[in-house]
Amino acid sequence: MPKLVSHPDEVKVISRRFGTGAADIEKYIAQDGYKAVQMALENGPAWIIDTMKASGLRGRGGAGFPTGMKWSFVPKESAKPKYVLVNGDESEPGTCKDHVIFLHDPHAVIEGTMIAGLAIGAKMGFIYLRGEYRYLLNIVEKAVADAYAKGFLGKNIFGKEGVDFDIVTQTGAGAYEVGEESALMESLEGKRGVPRIKPPFPAVVGLYGGPTVINNAETIAAAPHILLMGGEAYAKLGSERNGGTRLFGISGHVERPGVYELPMGYSLRKAIYDVAGGIKDGKQLKAVVPGGSSCPVLKADEIDVGLDFDQMAKAGTMLGSGGIVVLDETVSIVEFALRTIRFYQHESCGWCIPCREGTDWLKKTLTRFHAGGGNKKDIDNIQYLAENMMGRTFCPLGDAAAMPTLGFIKKFRSEFEEYLEGKRVDHPLIQIQPIGEPDTIGAAH
Amino acid sequence: MPDVNFIVDGQKLTAPAGTLLIDACKSAGIEIPAFCYYPGLSLQAACRMCVVRIEKQPKLATACTTTVAEGMVVHTENPEIAQARKATLQLLLGNHPLDCPVCDAGGECELQDMTFKYGAADSFYAEPKNHREEQKWSPVVYFDRPRCILCYRCVRMCGEGMDVFALGIQNRGSSSVIAPNVPAQLSPENIPNLDCEQCGMCIDACPVGALTSGTYRYKTRPWEMNHVATVCTHCGDGCKTTLGVRSVANGSEIVRGDNRDKSGINGDFLCNKGRYAFDFANNIERLTSPLMRKDGKLKPVSWEEALTFAGTRLRELRDQRGPQSIGVIGSNRLTNEENYLLQKFARSVIGTNNIDHHRTADFVTLAAALRGSSKRFASQHCVEKAPALLVIGGDPTTQAPLTAWNLRTNVRNKNARLYIANHADIKLRRQAKAAVTLDFAGYGAFADYLAGDDSTANAASPDTDALAKFRDALRAEEKLIIVLGNEVRGSTIARLVDTFPTSKFALLSDYVNSRGAADMGVMPDVLPGYQLVGAHAFVEEYKSPETPGLNLVEMFDAALARELAALYVVGSNPVARYNVDPATLANTFLIVQDLFLTETALLADVVFPASNLYEKSGSVTNSYGDVQLVSKAADKSGTRSDFELIVRLADKFGHEIKQLVPFGKGLRADMGQTRGAQSGEADRHSVWLTANNLEPKLSPFDPFAILDEIQRLVPGYDKLLRLQLLSGNDQHIAPSAGDLVQIANRNDLVLPSHDTLFTSGSLTRFSPQLQDVQRHQSREVADHLAAD
Amino acid sequence: MSAIASTIFSPELAARFDKLVTLYPLKRSALIPMLLYAQDEVGYVSDACVAEIAQRLDLLELDVRNVLSYYSMLRTVPAGKYNVQVCTNISCMLRGGFELLDHCKHKLGIGHKGVTPDGLFSLEEVECIGACCWAPAVQVNYDFHDDLTPAKMDVILESYRNGNGKPESVDKEAV
Ligand SMILES: Cc1cc2nc3c(=O)[nH]c(=O)nc-3n(C[C@H](O)[C@H](O)[C@H](O)COP(=O)(O)O)c2cc1C
Ligand code: SF4
Ligand code: FES
Repeated sequence: MPKLVSHPDEVKVISRRFGTGAADIEKYIAQDGYKAVQMALENGPAWIIDTMKASGLRGRGGAGFPTGMKWSFVPKESAKPKYVLVNGDESEPGTCKDHVIFLHDPHAVIEGTMIAGLAIGAKMGFIYLRGEYRYLLNIVEKAVADAYAKGFLGKNIFGKEGVDFDIVTQTGAGAYEVGEESALMESLEGKRGVPRIKPPFPAVVGLYGGPTVINNAETIAAAPHILLMGGEAYAKLGSERNGGTRLFGISGHVERPGVYELPMGYSLRKAIYDVAGGIKDGKQLKAVVPGGSSCPVLKADEIDVGLDFDQMAKAGTMLGSGGIVVLDETVSIVEFALRTIRFYQHESCGWCIPCREGTDWLKKTLTRFHAGGGNKKDIDNIQYLAENMMGRTFCPLGDAAAMPTLGFIKKFRSEFEEYLEGKRVDHPLIQIQPIGEPDTIGAAH
Repeated sequence: MPDVNFIVDGQKLTAPAGTLLIDACKSAGIEIPAFCYYPGLSLQAACRMCVVRIEKQPKLATACTTTVAEGMVVHTENPEIAQARKATLQLLLGNHPLDCPVCDAGGECELQDMTFKYGAADSFYAEPKNHREEQKWSPVVYFDRPRCILCYRCVRMCGEGMDVFALGIQNRGSSSVIAPNVPAQLSPENIPNLDCEQCGMCIDACPVGALTSGTYRYKTRPWEMNHVATVCTHCGDGCKTTLGVRSVANGSEIVRGDNRDKSGINGDFLCNKGRYAFDFANNIERLTSPLMRKDGKLKPVSWEEALTFAGTRLRELRDQRGPQSIGVIGSNRLTNEENYLLQKFARSVIGTNNIDHHRTADFVTLAAALRGSSKRFASQHCVEKAPALLVIGGDPTTQAPLTAWNLRTNVRNKNARLYIANHADIKLRRQAKAAVTLDFAGYGAFADYLAGDDSTANAASPDTDALAKFRDALRAEEKLIIVLGNEVRGSTIARLVDTFPTSKFALLSDYVNSRGAADMGVMPDVLPGYQLVGAHAFVEEYKSPETPGLNLVEMFDAALARELAALYVVGSNPVARYNVDPATLANTFLIVQDLFLTETALLADVVFPASNLYEKSGSVTNSYGDVQLVSKAADKSGTRSDFELIVRLADKFGHEIKQLVPFGKGLRADMGQTRGAQSGEADRHSVWLTANNLEPKLSPFDPFAILDEIQRLVPGYDKLLRLQLLSGNDQHIAPSAGDLVQIANRNDLVLPSHDTLFTSGSLTRFSPQLQDVQRHQSREVADHLAAD
Repeated sequence: MSAIASTIFSPELAARFDKLVTLYPLKRSALIPMLLYAQDEVGYVSDACVAEIAQRLDLLELDVRNVLSYYSMLRTVPAGKYNVQVCTNISCMLRGGFELLDHCKHKLGIGHKGVTPDGLFSLEEVECIGACCWAPAVQVNYDFHDDLTPAKMDVILESYRNGNGKPESVDKEAV
């Protein structure tokens, strides 16, 4: 079971019930559980959306879209049923925050889903967990069953005549791309995880053709807290235009890796050096990938920046999913870049040419480069490839592969050049067999 | 939709709101490159070749998914866009085998063309390409994986277009691959297999050489062939097929059939038979010399000997035993000109109405019922466009694949309302708004029920509730296109025509010119244009008898009774088709004109080797009455067109040729130029003409010499525009003579051919391709049964 | 009684599938869970699984294969009884993911996607499994194991080998 960590600088909103056994519905109820949804029931959709707007909450899935605004885009009248879809596909390397929410506070996700449903007029919600999170799925499924047993879910919830809400849990089966919202809908509909053409956007045409709100699990879990404490109060916890707190996963070369809840705008430097205890084994910091593997890297001298969407953008990178990966001085950027691109190559859905072929060529070139077969022109070619993927792919996965690659090349070009001259950090990087390629499991039998 | 104004490359354009930018540009002559976009199929936006710059938008946009909007300003070519496209091509070419010199698609490849345009030829990847062996998915479909650019056109074509869903996409990322529906481990050879209609539409849609045709691969290069657009000989839909032909020692041979220019009545479509089943023409069993029975055996003889013998013997028999002792049988695969000429031969040279053919639909009743209302004959284009359609009987998916394609496309893209009434659970029900199951013998009762006779409900359908709803739905429709299968005949047709006075009708038949043969009067009781025997104009022109002759069945009865002195069979195999006991014809002088030694030809006294539809010119009329030009594509030495053979036989018979073929009178006749690519015959004819003291200016073998007469005498065909015909455009005709009357108690004699997607009457056994595909498919079916 | 007359699945799983298809607005939505649960029971997604699932969802087998081949957790050949999935993605890599993978390779004597001759273990290098802050992490079937070292890994493998499943705590036993 993942270790729970804490630090005095933390502001515990979402994580406030962590470690209290709140997966048990009674314990959850004892800690203000299912109060917010009843407030929502009483005060109606306009109030919910206004409160969410006031909270300044921005999507925790990566793009940081204002949640209240997203909910308000759903048309009031719709011929087709509306849905809430909770994105618990959490697959961005460096990210494991939804993991702890499902583990410690599954009812918060359930309650948040119901609140979103009430806000938009949906009667059904889906909670989609990545396939690897089976033990978490079991926890969430039990929580859902308990909520049904209490009459919180199902027909006439909380005894309210005519107010119905159902939640169905869903599991993926291994595919990063399915985290992209439209690919998630495809996957939930039993199809290949290939994104859809936009527009139409999910708020208008989503799951099963009905208007759909899709939010990250953390975004959804924040909703009950926001209703309880009031939008303005939540907003005040964070920085300008970036309301509240969020879970940051700090991993890599730090002394105390873990998931910490910090206010938006908190200093990246402090997060690394104070909260996570500084660089492991007294080494020097080399670089930070600040928000999951798709965010451009920051050099050691670029970490005096506040952890919110706008400040990170200004710093030329992204807040992303809040997964801060810390690299010490020993890390080979060439190797790190290769491992990063191998991931995107493996996870590209294959739909569009620039992403499918681009990630493949990046991987091949970097693999050869890493193995010692590179030349100067490769560095330019890598940059050329990444530049020509940016903004040209069907969905943001292509960008997610291109952005960090460009970052590595631009900020650590000299290291690539030195690598050619033999100053190498060798590591036998193992090939992950591409999906569906000669599947050798069991070949011996 | 209201029109919106927008600017593309400085040009002010207008298009209805909702139009895709790529289409709007195309209409204005601005071509935006695209691999994955295919009009009529679902959007993909996967290839990213169609990127354009739309002002005020942060990123390049895909023209294939952007709809035009008021005030939009678009740039379709600039350095930024060219670079984006070039980069995309470079990515594709990195793994593309670049085996263009041997690739079937070389010269016809969209990837090649794009590379040429955007100059992405420089390859900067050091890694080896992913090589994969080519796979044979079926006798007609091969897959070369490294060439595939994953545009998913084939997958959509198969699923959305054909409603077959035999192709899928498997794996993901750079391992993604197009996969057929039988996985390797479930196929006999342990390679993936296709269990499908084998239509080859996937090959047509493929912009590169990833999917290639089993009948064509590695045979030749596109630029080494002549491409002749003509009409497929197989079913009654009459698709245009483009035949790729190359010269060989004994003429010119067809190496490929496809839908190259997509300009025909069939638009994007072509089925398995139209695409591949041209190979009967190249069969080594083709007859290439006239045969005469000597000492009980058929022996090769010279043309002169065979023609002279046949002509004089026929004359003798006519003179001795009278014209009524002679019968003539025409064909569903002859051109209009040939069928017209043949019936004229019977009626004016021999002097008998004993003429018939294998009828596959009751066109006589339809024409009679629609008398005087030429607007009520539906064209194939109606099926493509009409908002509401009713199909009664038949199974277009197997019998008339183009009709089925049009119905599906119309429903899918234009939300047409399709109603199906059938005794069988036909596949088109999947597209139907409403369907009702009829009793096997319930079509007549169904027509009566629709007409308002509720007492027939039980006889019409086992499900009378559904029947009632179905009728209500039809009554709510203002106008319908009603397509009838050949189960629907006689008074049932008449009843339906009366019940739906504002609807248009079509009747499905089985071969390329089934309708034409009927239109041209290859029947004992009606003359060309469905005029009753004895009609004034013809009696005057032909001096023909005024009473109906023997129909096909009666001719064989007469033969059995030793009353049929001679029978002239052109392009038909009645002995097999009607199960005629060979002894029946023992006392009949039999002349047969055909491609092969069929069961009928085997019994003949004289056999003439004929050319097939792909080796001649003329016109044909499809089931709907759409007339199209047949162009000569191939050439087989040792054979003659049926037209020429009929004329020569008439000559040897001692008939005045100018009376049979009014050459010399017609102003618009030509010297064979219209015959198509390898004509060259004009010279040969001219030699023959001079030798026979005829004017060499015009050829009596020129089918267009008789077209003048057809246009003059056959109602409906008078409306035909010669220029349109010669341009290869289809024209819809309606044979609606004002004085047509319903013939009481007429025997329709319709014998459906029961062909499938993989058979085509007697040609089936001479087409190795059809047999290969049959074997392949029966194996797939057997496998599935075994698995169940 | 199962919706399918002669199901290849256990009565429990068949009943679960019967219910699963009723949960969604469209029953096809049950496809991915069904494939995963079928794999859990059968060991892999066999042709027979594909056929029955296609039948249950009114899909073509081709459709099922298209989807099946997309997801990396689904396999069409058997794996070991314990499928050891070592994450080497960035966070794990920084804390010894590759060393752990190498260690497992030597220990088990198999490579990526290999299966031990006794069929007990199979090994896979996998992408990020969502345990970055407790890196390096390994999943054995669905069990997570965090904060590993080669020594801890040995304890874990041993525990599975002995049929004891996931050990309560490795920290105590490991050095
Ligand atoms: C390639 C890709 C992967 C993504 N993966 C995830 C994910 O695992 N979890 C998630 O919540 N959002 C993910 N997203 C973002 C979602 O598309 C979507 O923006 C998000 O779920 C919206 O929720 P939010 O507004 O609460 O952030 C991903 C996006 C892309 C392009
Ligand atoms: S086979 Fe051809 S049509 Fe099909 S996806 Fe590949 S390139 Fe496209
Ligand atoms: S045609 Fe637009 S992306 Fe392919």
